[in-house]
Amino acid sequence: MMNIQIKLLAALIAALSANPAWAQTDAAADAMPGMDPSIMGQGAMPGMDPGTMDQGAMPAMDHSKMNHGAMPDTSTAQPDMNHAMSGSMEGMQGMDPGEMNMQGGPAPADARDPHAYSGGYTLESGPYSRPGPRELRFADEHNFGALLVDRLEWTHANGGNNATAYDIQGWFGRDYDRLVVKAEGDVAKGKLEEARTELLWGHAIATFWDTQLGVRYDSGAGPDRGWLALGVQGLAPYWFEVDAAAYVGDEGRTALRLGAEYELLLTQNLILQPRIELNAYGKSDEARGIGSGLSEAQAGVRLRYEFTRQFAPYIGIERASKFGQTADLARADGEKAGETRWVAGVRFWF
Amino acid sequence: MKPYPSLYLSTPDLPRRRFVQGLVAGGVLLGLSSIAKPGWAGAVERAGSSAPVLTGTEFDLVVAESPVNFTGNPRMATTINGSIPAPTLRMREGDTVTIRVTNKLRVSTSVHWHGIILPYQMDGVPGISYKGIAPGETFTYRFKVGQSGTYWYHSHSGFQEQTGMYGAIVIEPAAGDRIRADRDYVVQLSDWTDEDPMRVLSKLKVQSDYYNFNEPTAPDFFRDVSRNGFRAALDKRKMWNEMRMSPTDLADISAYTYTYLMNGNAPDGNWTGLFRPGERVRLRFVSSGTQSFFDVRIPGLKMSVVQTDGQDVEPVTVDEFRCGPGETYDVIVEPRDDAYTIFAQSMDRTGYARGTLAVREGLSAAVPSLDKVEWLSMADMMGAMGAMGGGMGGMSHGGMAMDHSKHAMPEMQGMQGMPMAGEMAVPSSKVRHAKTEYGPSTDMRVDMPRMNLDDPGIGLRNNGRRVLTLADLHTIGGPLDSRGPEREIELHLTGNMERYTWSLDGLEFGKSTPVHFRHGERLRVILHNDTMMTHPMHLHGMWSEMESPDGHFQARRHTIPVQPAQRISFLVNADAPGRWAWHCHLLYHMDAGMFREVVVA
Repeated sequence: MMNIQIKLLAALIAALSANPAWAQTDAAADAMPGMDPSIMGQGAMPGMDPGTMDQGAMPAMDHSKMNHGAMPDTSTAQPDMNHAMSGSMEGMQGMDPGEMNMQGGPAPADARDPHAYSGGYTLESGPYSRPGPRELRFADEHNFGALLVDRLEWTHANGGNNATAYDIQGWFGRDYDRLVVKAEGDVAKGKLEEARTELLWGHAIATFWDTQLGVRYDSGAGPDRGWLALGVQGLAPYWFEVDAAAYVGDEGRTALRLGAEYELLLTQNLILQPRIELNAYGKSDEARGIGSGLSEAQAGVRLRYEFTRQFAPYIGIERASKFGQTADLARADGEKAGETRWVAGVRFWF
Repeated sequence: MKPYPSLYLSTPDLPRRRFVQGLVAGGVLLGLSSIAKPGWAGAVERAGSSAPVLTGTEFDLVVAESPVNFTGNPRMATTINGSIPAPTLRMREGDTVTIRVTNKLRVSTSVHWHGIILPYQMDGVPGISYKGIAPGETFTYRFKVGQSGTYWYHSHSGFQEQTGMYGAIVIEPAAGDRIRADRDYVVQLSDWTDEDPMRVLSKLKVQSDYYNFNEPTAPDFFRDVSRNGFRAALDKRKMWNEMRMSPTDLADISAYTYTYLMNGNAPDGNWTGLFRPGERVRLRFVSSGTQSFFDVRIPGLKMSVVQTDGQDVEPVTVDEFRCGPGETYDVIVEPRDDAYTIFAQSMDRTGYARGTLAVREGLSAAVPSLDKVEWLSMADMMGAMGAMGGGMGGMSHGGMAMDHSKHAMPEMQGMQGMPMAGEMAVPSSKVRHAKTEYGPSTDMRVDMPRMNLDDPGIGLRNNGRRVLTLADLHTIGGPLDSRGPEREIELHLTGNMERYTWSLDGLEFGKSTPVHFRHGERLRVILHNDTMMTHPMHLHGMWSEMESPDGHFQARRHTIPVQPAQRISFLVNADAPGRWAWHCHLLYHMDAGMFREVVVA
């Protein structure tokens, strides 16, 4: 346990020093200019167009379309992301030139220095400045925080497979740098089946995108696993909320995770939320019932009613599937490789 | 018209219902020492009342907590002398006034005299002018009043302005008033929330459209499809969806939590100003909403706008005007019927403040329904380019003519140093974004801003009424100084709506450096709005002499509303040594960091 943590910390430090781009605000933003126009938005999720976001779209989200090739091995994750980026950049060529310049992008060489008018003075120094440390501070220098329970639900599948699932994200910190905690898991028959908990440093790199760097800890059935996590979370064009991360664990284990959500407003309070989640692993981990390649996927829709912005019960339906070796392991265990679940739960935050 | 679906259930988090019409006898609960007493039933009847008036050269103001009830829920407010609004201070131009402010709160406070020209130590901004006023302390302000007109004062600490600390200042001209009136009323507009304002900001940081219940929906889309076809419906949404911005983001905070007040009265409280038919009535509108623009009209009456920000202007007759936080407008009306409604709807069309002009107490006139919510236009998003693309013929005057892009004016490239006077005759149209505008702190940049001043703004365009625009404002007597500007500085208004961060040049106050004005210089300031909201920009200590796109003097202001994708310039006489605040007067934008310090030295 302790050993794992030390290794993870070492790996974290190694990753930070090996890739200085992540440690530096401007460099990171420059290095990933294409991050903003959706990595996964258009390319990887053709079925997620808001216009076709009805029940009929759900089969399209199914496993058949999601072959192994779509989920690259972790080792090639970075090039593949770049590829996806350039792809979506090409897609943007069709827009008016004006649109291209309105958001994001690198600053031109002759961009104005925002401190050029200061005359060398600062908030703490220069004529008429007040003695001592600066007294005037606004919310940009205050910490905020929130805890979003995105899903707290009871699921029911055919054959009496009932479970309770949770998906929580909390953050604390400033506008552009914050501590992020993510926890997702499910409990069946009073036992923790599967749980993923992440502790991350979230850092804003673009208008709608944060990088998230930290650790992930898996518990539940089978031996616990620790991972180093590197991800992005944000809002892709057309309002897709995307959460994607790559993980490196002990013994050469690697993993990829992609989650995406969309909110379709039927009224100001009634919201239909399609959601997908994909998990892929670079290496089999039979003790946890995981095979290499795309291991599992979930696709569902939830219909919630926001009594307030902060409290919304919902109902929904979800298809969960296991693939390849993971499916084989499940079958060998006497489980089904895929199931359709009814869900009912609440979404709330404070 | 219902502003949003009416079904709301109580939850543990938000155990409140909304009473947008407010209470007839709401406001400060006079004579009640504690909110624990049984509700507002015991409150002194104060329907339709105005703030008390203090006159002279010596004023004593006491800041304290007072129980209030505007919505049916008792709350504590921060008040001055126990009233909301605070007492109206009547002074005379030329007098030296002494104002003692005593703090009986448990936290530090301050009072800023908005629009008054005075020594910087008297300006009342904690951390810049002075330390603030600690609990139990009395601070004595003393300054010579060198101006006349309608102004106001408010706390500059935390969110105390939102919780009740604002009042009007009326300064009589030493040489007699140019504006003749038989009656004279202050009409102070404001917004009240039962929530803790810090909690409001915190919610906006989590979900920036928390209070917006006019978001586009799927049924709206299908309605557009059936009306205009699939392609047109898609095109209408394309840019918004690609840019991840909301076309109905008109006022971060809506009537979902706000009750709009007129002289401290909720709409049903019906503040009433009396007149006799045939009289000339002067209404001094003071816009003290912390986060609300008001669109004001009096159905049945033409309003002659005679003053803005305390400065007399050439009278202009209008049906309606928009006033944002910090601005003041004085109008003359000549009512003849028994009763007229003063109607001040919020810019996002979710609610209104309302009062009545009547020949006797107890009368009321029809209250108009709220206007429909309009989507922000292409002109609001893309400036002159959007206006061009959107085919808005009315936008063509200033904006189009000035619209040389950066490539079209190579001779302007080297404008770093001291330019010739001739070059300074006209404000530069070359857009120079700060290099800090290319990161997470901004969600858009406008390369071809609109520079025309004759746009009444979103929600007021082509509404069939004559609406005041900035182009209508001409201060009588011209500018303070005939000198042209020696130099030009450009400041961009920026923000990221999704993150709810607000800044200037992409930098929040905490990361900023001061803007240095050289003592004695006359300079031009260009405000360039790279956001989709209107920002009332308030420079402390010195006048902002707003000019037209071709460099002609328009009006002397202390607060200039800059519309989305608009570029406005003004000249400043840097004649007030010291450190001054300069900020967006939307309180939640200011508190998010849309704030600069100015050093005049």
